[in-house]
Order: sequence, then structure tokens, then C-alpha cells
Amino acid sequence: MTVHSDVAHNNKNYLNHETTLWSWLSTVDHKRIGLMYLFTITGFFIVGGLAALTMRMELASSGADFLSPEQYNVLFTLHGAIMIFLFIVPGIPATMGNFLLPLMIGAKDVAFPRLNLLSFYIYVVGAFMALYALLNPIDTGWTFYAPYSMQTQSAVILMTGAAFVLGFSSILTGLNFVVTVHRLRCPGMTWDRLPVFVWGLYATAVIQTLATPVIGMTLLLLIVERWLGVGIFNPAMGGDPVLFEHLFWFYSHPVVYIMVLPAFGVVGEIIPVFSRKPLFGYKMVCYASVAIALVGFLVWAHHMLVAGISDTSAIYFSVITFGVAIPTAIKVFNWVSTMYKGSISFDTPMLYAMGFVFLFMIAGTTGIYLATLAVDVFYHDTYFVVAHFHYTIQGGAVIGLIAALHFWFPKMTGKMYNEPLAKIAFVLVFVGFNLTFLPQFVLGMEGMPRRYFDYLPEFEGLHRLSSYGAVVNGFGYTFALLNLLGAWIFSKKQAPANPYNSLSLEWNTQSPPIHENFEETPSVTDYPYAYGTPVEGGGH
Amino acid sequence: MSSHSHEDHHGELGHIVPFAIYRNVLIGLLVLTVITVWVAKAPSMDFGNLNIAIAMVIASVKASIVALYFMHLKFEDKTTWLYAFFPIMLLVLMMGLIFLDNPFRRADQPVEVNDPLAEQLQQI
Amino acid sequence: MTSVAQTIPGEPPHPHHWTPTNAYHGAKLGMWLFLATEILLFSVLFTAFALYRWAYLGEFHDASLNLDWKLGALNTAVLILSSFTAALAVDAAQRGNNKRVKHLLLFTVMCGGIFLVVKYFEYSHKYHIGLFPGVECPVVEAGALHGSEGHGGGADVAEGGHHLEYCWPKDTSGLSEGQREMLVSSKYKMYFGLYYCMTGLHALHVIIGMLLLSWVCFHASRNRFSEKYYTPVELGALYWHLVDLIWIYLFPLLYLVD
Repeated sequence: MTVHSDVAHNNKNYLNHETTLWSWLSTVDHKRIGLMYLFTITGFFIVGGLAALTMRMELASSGADFLSPEQYNVLFTLHGAIMIFLFIVPGIPATMGNFLLPLMIGAKDVAFPRLNLLSFYIYVVGAFMALYALLNPIDTGWTFYAPYSMQTQSAVILMTGAAFVLGFSSILTGLNFVVTVHRLRCPGMTWDRLPVFVWGLYATAVIQTLATPVIGMTLLLLIVERWLGVGIFNPAMGGDPVLFEHLFWFYSHPVVYIMVLPAFGVVGEIIPVFSRKPLFGYKMVCYASVAIALVGFLVWAHHMLVAGISDTSAIYFSVITFGVAIPTAIKVFNWVSTMYKGSISFDTPMLYAMGFVFLFMIAGTTGIYLATLAVDVFYHDTYFVVAHFHYTIQGGAVIGLIAALHFWFPKMTGKMYNEPLAKIAFVLVFVGFNLTFLPQFVLGMEGMPRRYFDYLPEFEGLHRLSSYGAVVNGFGYTFALLNLLGAWIFSKKQAPANPYNSLSLEWNTQSPPIHENFEETPSVTDYPYAYGTPVEGGGH
Repeated sequence: MSSHSHEDHHGELGHIVPFAIYRNVLIGLLVLTVITVWVAKAPSMDFGNLNIAIAMVIASVKASIVALYFMHLKFEDKTTWLYAFFPIMLLVLMMGLIFLDNPFRRADQPVEVNDPLAEQLQQI
Repeated sequence: MTSVAQTIPGEPPHPHHWTPTNAYHGAKLGMWLFLATEILLFSVLFTAFALYRWAYLGEFHDASLNLDWKLGALNTAVLILSSFTAALAVDAAQRGNNKRVKHLLLFTVMCGGIFLVVKYFEYSHKYHIGLFPGVECPVVEAGALHGSEGHGGGADVAEGGHHLEYCWPKDTSGLSEGQREMLVSSKYKMYFGLYYCMTGLHALHVIIGMLLLSWVCFHASRNRFSEKYYTPVELGALYWHLVDLIWIYLFPLLYLVD
């Protein structure tokens, strides 16, 4: 596949194709839908982030400062539910996936464009339901564990109803993407020539489609319990609250792979480009994506190791969780091997991608700690867990999203962002994030429980450090997003079709793309990672 | 599988199944239903714990012929087969692993503690 | 992107991003994926049922005697027949016979209606004897409830004429300790809670299927379909077959197995 730097550019693109408000609200163009998702989830990221900052302000010193315990419970519920259901689960697939999937496979749109728009509106309805519920307020934590979720006087039915609605959006998007990858690849685009981002999106879409109905039904059962007094999870009525946890985590573990598999794909796209080297072990990276998705269904009760499950199942889940680390480790080895002896340029996307690898290493290894039964007895429900999952979700999925936003910014907007400012923002994000969460590992090891409004004075030093980090982290994200937004609005420089000389198909069309994506249906003859070979660029 | 292959000519979209097959499946389903009821209700056919297994096996035979012939699964491509079977695997997984939990709990049995500190703790 | 309504009868719609043939196969794959999600939805209920049946075998046996297996068998036959006519409707569409499609789909929808009517009779009978979640307990005649003879918590009538064994008062605060204990010890309610969830969710899908097939039937009456285009008929029929499939498992599990 040759690098096309000579793509004809005309001034018509998907952004100015039609410009009325109705043309946006009724669009079935996957690129516009992706943008609409992007603005919406960014808004919720800010809301969830503010909730986190408020909590960290309270936690900066021991003793009650300005929040009551009840308010604190509401805040961590708000933070978790918004970040998970409204931000990171739609996350990369709904935004970058929607925008890029058809472009990367050489198609004009996804399989079911109108269903795509419906998915977006279902998401919006669910999001408003969730916001209304969260402000009403709700204090169960985002996990809605029985029996408290059946007894508490807060808006549980509304919130779980919102999650049910949001689940529908996720299912329909996943379904759409699976059919798209099976049916809409352009001539020559065989499975072994798909970009790894597409493989990641495909594996994610499979999980989205098949795992989400389980949480939908489980939350529906919770609603039926509260509303009609059926006793499925209520121990006072012969029910088993651990059954709720089983059914809840059956989805909620695979969901973390929904969050992070696309981010793996993003990193797999960025590293070869900025190392000018083929992705090491391309086939293994693809198989690893599928393996993670499949094995991810087998490990859910490692979230319940000390919840009262039998020793037999605890041992099984602990051991199999060690297994799920293997395909992820394979990917990490492949990324690092790609960089080895490459010609590396430290553009902002590459900085975020390398940051991802570093942060996810910490995330993955601390996960192994937690999977170890004897260790989990002490670490479960402490700040160790909080630090671990923030390293995976924020250090993983969110960093992946920001990396993607920077990498494909020229493609989406037709502009280039300010590179030095973007690098400064990266440093703030990276330093702030580590400052926030590294101390939390130590806090956890010293016994600080999670979801606690207050703590013993001896924990205060590390908590204060963590709160400082949160401020720096928040500032960094704000800076990065404002930089991108500012470039989009104010920059006058037209971005080339392929500013990084990348080999995948989305760069083989102008920036921003025309409404139909490509002037003519493309065809491919090789996989998109043949960097450093004589074919590339035709004259480098 | 590309989008512009030679499939796009008039006529042959899906497989047309002969009426006889539909009729036979209908008869088979009704017969199997009668058998299910008979095996469950007849006093001579009580296999104790196996009753439910037998009923589920017969139900699965019925489900298979509905899927294969009424739903044309027999004539579908591998991808459709994959997504027809995947959810069943997940159901088996869900049930199987949850049954690794509840039946093996030992809540009613006292746990032996070999903890040298336990005695000291009890004296506190 | 043209909609179904705007295109020529018998001709497939022509969206810009894939050919009609690819659209047909893609739509079918999409529907199979959606059916997969429905299977997983019901999996949760089947799992919960399996677990509690294992835990409360005696009570589940007793409680299941309150279901009328003859009505269940009738409903099974009705759904099987409706599945047959739905398959024939697809066959008719493949041959371009819109009139036959319409008649067969009408018959299928009617079968769904019969199913719901039978279900209504089953539910209302249980409602009258107090076997319904969320309602206050009515007084129950002796002998109206089955299965209580062999097991401890029999069909006692407690103070105030309320039969507490088999129903779900939402508010237990007005009850004495002994009365509440009788409620707590009853595991029959678990059976019926699951029964209503499973059959209720299934009935909801029957309704959705009937609406879907009615919509397809409407288009058949407008001669929308032909040998070249019958995708909605096939998709609607696939959904209906799933409804039948689930009942094929529900019937023996709930009505027959003791």
C-alpha cells in the first residue's frame, strides 16, 4: 500500500456538506454522529471530573470539611455512574469508532446508518434520565449492590432504568459495528489486512452486543424487586445478594474490556507510525484482541473474591484471572518491540501512546496483585483497588481517547493543533495522574478503605498529595481539550490529507473527508504497517 | 467478503425450502411436545433427578429443528452459526460458573483456624 | 438514503453504502445478532431459576403444581403452529406472493393473540387467589392453593382473615413477628416471582413480535415484497421464531418438571 500524499483536496467536506441544525440532528453520516457523541461525552467527562475534584477537596484533609457523609456517598455514586455509563463505555467506540471504522475499511458508512442515529438518541435519553436520577440523589455506588439498593430511599429505579436505556444504545452500536466489519470491507481488505484499531473495535463490539443484555436484565430485576417486592436478591425473602453480584459482574467485567480494547487499538495504530516500523507481530496483536474479549467473559468473580463465594469458585476465578493478563502482555511486548530500533518521533500522539504503555503496565501488574486470593483479602475495597482501576480506565482508556483525539484531529477537522502546547498539556496530565494515584496504592496497602468519607489522621499526607495531583490532572485535561478546541475554531492552517505519512486507508482521503468518504471505492493489497519498506512513500 | 461481488443479480437471495420440510418439522414439534408431556406426567416415566434433564434435552431437539429449518440456520453462513451458538455458550458459562459457587459454599461448617495469634486475640 | 415507503413495490431500497444483496445478508446477520442479545437477556432468568430450583427444590415442586399444564400445552401448540405459518410466510414472500404473505402473517398474529388470551386467564386466576406480587393479600378459600399439604407452612389463615402464605404484601410493618416469619420462611414466592418475570418478559416479546409482524403484514398488503426483496418478512419471522424458541424451554421448565 503506498502512502498517498497527493489526494486531491476540494473545499466540500462532511462538515460543510449541509449546515442547518436539522441536517446535524437528522444526520445518518457516521462522521457527524461520531462528533455529536464526542461533544456529549466530553460534557459528561467534565461533570464526572468535577465530582471527583470535589471529593478530593474534601479528602485533602482528615475530618469533615465541607461535605456531609451522605453528600459524599452521592458524589462517588455520581462520579462512578457518569464516568462509566455516560463517558467511558460509549467512549472510543462511539466517537472515534464511529468516525473511523468505515474510513479504515474503505466503506461509505456503517451497516445501519439510521440505527446508528437511533443509538445516539437512545444514549441522549438515557443520559438525561441518569442525570435526573443522580441529582435526586442516589447513594448506592455505581454498583447498586443488593440489599442496600433495595432499601435506600434514593432514585434507584430511575438510575437503573437509565442504565438499561443506555445499554440499548451500546448493544445497537455493537451490532452495527459487527455487521459493518463482516459486510462492508472494500475489495482486497481481508481480515489479515485490517488495521488493529478495527480488530479492537470488532472485539469490543462483540462484547458490547453480547454482555450488555445481561446487565440490562439484572437491573430490570432490581427494579422489579424494589417495585413489586419480588425477593430474588433479598436475603430476607430467601434470595441471594451474591447472585446479584454474579449477574452484575458478568457484564461489568467484560465492560472494562469494552473500555480498553479500543484504546489498545489506538496505541497499535500510533506506535508504528511514529516509529516508522511495521507493527511487531501484527497477527498476534489481532488474535490477542479476540482472546482478551473471550477470556474476559470467564473471570468476572474476581470482583467478588471476598463476597462470600465458595472457595472452589474463588480459586478458579483467581487462577483464570492470571490467564487474562497473558494476551495483554503479548500486546505490550509487541508495542515495545515495534519501537525497538525504530526511528521515533515524539509527537503528542506518540507521547500519549508511550504514556499509555507505561501506565497500563502498572495497571496490569497491580491487577495481578488483586487477583491473588490471599492478597485480595487485605486489598479488596481499599484504595489499592481504586488506584488499580484508575490506572486501567484513566491511564488506559482515557489516555487512549486523548491520544486518538490528537492523532486523528487533522483528519476530523482539517486543521493542525498547536504542538508545543499539546506537549505541555501531556506533561501536566501524566504528572498529575501519577501524583493522584500512585499514593493511593500506598494508602490501600496501609489499609485505607475506599468510599469512605473520612479517615484516620495518619493517612492525611498521602491523601493531600493525591488531591494536589487531581488538581494538576484536571488542569492538564482542560488544557489539552482547550488546545484542541481552540485549534479547531481559530487555526487557519489547512491540514494535509496525510500529515504523518500513515499507511491506513483513512489517510487516503482528504482532511476532513468528503461526505461519501472516498472519491472512489478504494482497494488494498497489503496490511497497513509496511513502514520502512521500499514501497512506502515511493521515494523516501 | 467484499461488497461488490457477483451476488448482485436478480432472483437467488435466500434458500427456498420445500414445503415438505416445513410440514415435517411442524409434525415433529407437535409429536415432541406430546412426548414431553407424557414423559413428565406419566407415573411410569419418573426418573427422579433426571426428569429435568430429559425435558431439557427434548426441548433442545425441538429448538434445534426450529432454528435449523424454520429459521433457515442450516443454510446460513459460518458467521451466522457463530453468533447463533455464542450466546448459548455464554448461558452455559453463566450457569456453570455460578453453580461452582452456591453448591460449594461451606457456611454451615465451622472453619478450622490454624492461627497462632487467634488464642492471643481471644484473650483480649 | 431512501426509505421503504418511497421505493417501488417489489424493488429493494437502494441506500448508497451497500448493494441490495449485501444489504439483505447484512440485515439478516444483524437480526441474528439481535436474537443473540435476546437469548442472553433470558439467560439471566434461566440462571436465577436454575439456582433457586436447586436451592428450594421442594418448594419449587409444590409451587409448580399451581400451574395448569394443559393450558401451557395448549399455548405451546399455538406457538408452534404460529411458527409454522411464519416460516410459510417467508416462503410465500420468496415466491413473490404478497397476498399469501398477508394471510399467513395475519394467522400468525392471531395465534399470538390466542396465546396472550390464555395467558390472561392464567394470570387472572392467580391474581384472584392472591398469588401476585405487589397486591394486598385477599382471603383465600381452603383448598384453593395446591401443594401446601405435604410441607410445613400449610394454607393457614392467620389473624384478620389474611392468607399470608402465598402473597406479597408490600408493607410488612403491620404484621406480628410470627406472621412475618411465616412470610420469610416461604420460598414459594421465589418460584412465582421468577414465574412472573419469565412468562411476563416472554409475553412482552409476544406483543412486540405481533406488532412487528403486523407492520410487515401492512406492507405486504401494499405489495411491497417480491422475489428480489422480502427482507422485512424474513427478519420479522426470525424474531417470531425466537419467541417460540423461548417458550419451548419455558413450558417444560415451569409447567412440567416437578
